[in-house]
Amino acid sequence: MAEKKIKITLYYSGNQVTKPITYHFVKDYDLMINILHADIGLNSVGRLTVDLIGEEKNLEAALKFLDEENIEYKLFSKSIIWQEEGCVHCGACTAVCPSGALKMDPVDWTLTFDKEKCLVCEFCVKACPLKVMNVSI
Amino acid sequence: MVNPTHVETKGDDTMSYKSFDEINEKIKEGSAVVVTAEEITAIVAKKGAAQAAKEVDVVTTGTFGPMCSSGMFINFGHSDPPIRMSKIWLNDVPAYGGLAAVDTYIGATELSETKGMEYGGAHVIEELIAGRSVKLHAQSYGTDCYPRKEITTWVNKENINQAYLYNPRNAYQNYAAASNTSDKILYTYMGTLLPKMGNITYTTSGQLSPLLNDPFLRTIGIGTRIFLGGAEGYIAWEGTQHNPDQKRGENGVPIGLAASLAVIGDMKKMDTRYIRAGIFEKYGITLFVGIGIPIPILDEDMVLKTAVTDSDIYTNIFDYSVSDGPRPILKKVSYAELRSGSVNINGNTVPTAPLSSMKMAREIAQKLKRQILQGEFLLSQPVASLPLEGSPNRLEIRENGNG
Repeated sequence: MAEKKIKITLYYSGNQVTKPITYHFVKDYDLMINILHADIGLNSVGRLTVDLIGEEKNLEAALKFLDEENIEYKLFSKSIIWQEEGCVHCGACTAVCPSGALKMDPVDWTLTFDKEKCLVCEFCVKACPLKVMNVSI
Repeated sequence: MVNPTHVETKGDDTMSYKSFDEINEKIKEGSAVVVTAEEITAIVAKKGAAQAAKEVDVVTTGTFGPMCSSGMFINFGHSDPPIRMSKIWLNDVPAYGGLAAVDTYIGATELSETKGMEYGGAHVIEELIAGRSVKLHAQSYGTDCYPRKEITTWVNKENINQAYLYNPRNAYQNYAAASNTSDKILYTYMGTLLPKMGNITYTTSGQLSPLLNDPFLRTIGIGTRIFLGGAEGYIAWEGTQHNPDQKRGENGVPIGLAASLAVIGDMKKMDTRYIRAGIFEKYGITLFVGIGIPIPILDEDMVLKTAVTDSDIYTNIFDYSVSDGPRPILKKVSYAELRSGSVNINGNTVPTAPLSSMKMAREIAQKLKRQILQGEFLLSQPVASLPLEGSPNRLEIRENGNG
């Protein structure tokens, strides 16, 4: 069966941080995990954004497991579209990009956009003075 | 006036000074050697200043950044019956109605009355340069000689008369860098500044920037022909808040806000590749202006000045969270450090981001170089120098007008 990749953000409430969720992803569902962003602390709401790679039936089972554990999650259905032809490569978007998806090439100073790293936080959409960063619907 | 200091080469009878006229003759003949302000660095390092000054005739510079103090004069032509426009809107953006009947000035930062911060004067300027029509609406109190009280029509660059950018403050010689030590996100003309020193922004083309390559304005003055927004333009005057008294480094390069230029150029010949409207979130509208200035290599002094690199140009990172009183300086840094991607402040590695496009600045410097090499762009000697002394006043809150 073909492998599939999904991007997902998990929202932990304070008392859920002790659960070894990622361990279960790996051990029970045979998923590969790439942590893109983590903001988790004891007794506070935490966020974990990951790429999950695995067989479709295992991914579905993993999401069901999250439902059973009462862990909220949001699947990334949107993505950021960079209209490169209108871009002036000023770099204003790189100031707010939390994941390093948007960076300036240090040699030719063009903007580079690594979609794999993008968290779709949409900060760049607002920060772009030329309005060439948009969210796909 | 320009001070044509003659520098004599030691042990050599020939003077190494070249005049503007001599350089222009070479440009006309097609024999001028023209390089950009980045290319000159390696030439001086390899051949030495004396030889480089002999071989190179012109160094081109470029910058493409947000320059809020920009705008455009327009004359619409007279309607029948005529109107003395006293209130004017272009695509719902207010323009100035205090000039003669059908003259106006539209400022880049003026906001639309219907779209607010999504659209402004800079967008009107960009649309007109692009050749699109914009809606003109004007009102008047009516006079015997100008009886019409209202007009609504569409104008574009073909049906208006004169339309020229006159930007009171462009091409700042250097600029501050910005960070934010507060717990709040700040929305500024320096972009979005993240809390707790989450980022640093800076805006310059550094070693390629026009006035950083001629720090004492020896060759750049009133009447200097420049590349402005894709067309030929001119330096009209010192820019507002011109600040030549700014502290300088040992190399003469100012550390922070210093000289600035008022520039003028024909909008109808401009290209939207080099003039773009911009919006800074929750701050407002600005205009990205592309400017290139050719620097004649009169002598060794000028070639050394143009060989400046980002490692030799410094600025201060200011804390933009302080708005009451002078902003504290967080660190003095070189542009080489800012361009490295992060700066260490008190043990914290703070990421840096530019706001001025180095890529476009290079394109402008290269384009200007090609134009000069092809004999399409001649240098002009300034008719008067820009002031080398002075600093801007502060606006004090006064009780009355007697003080």
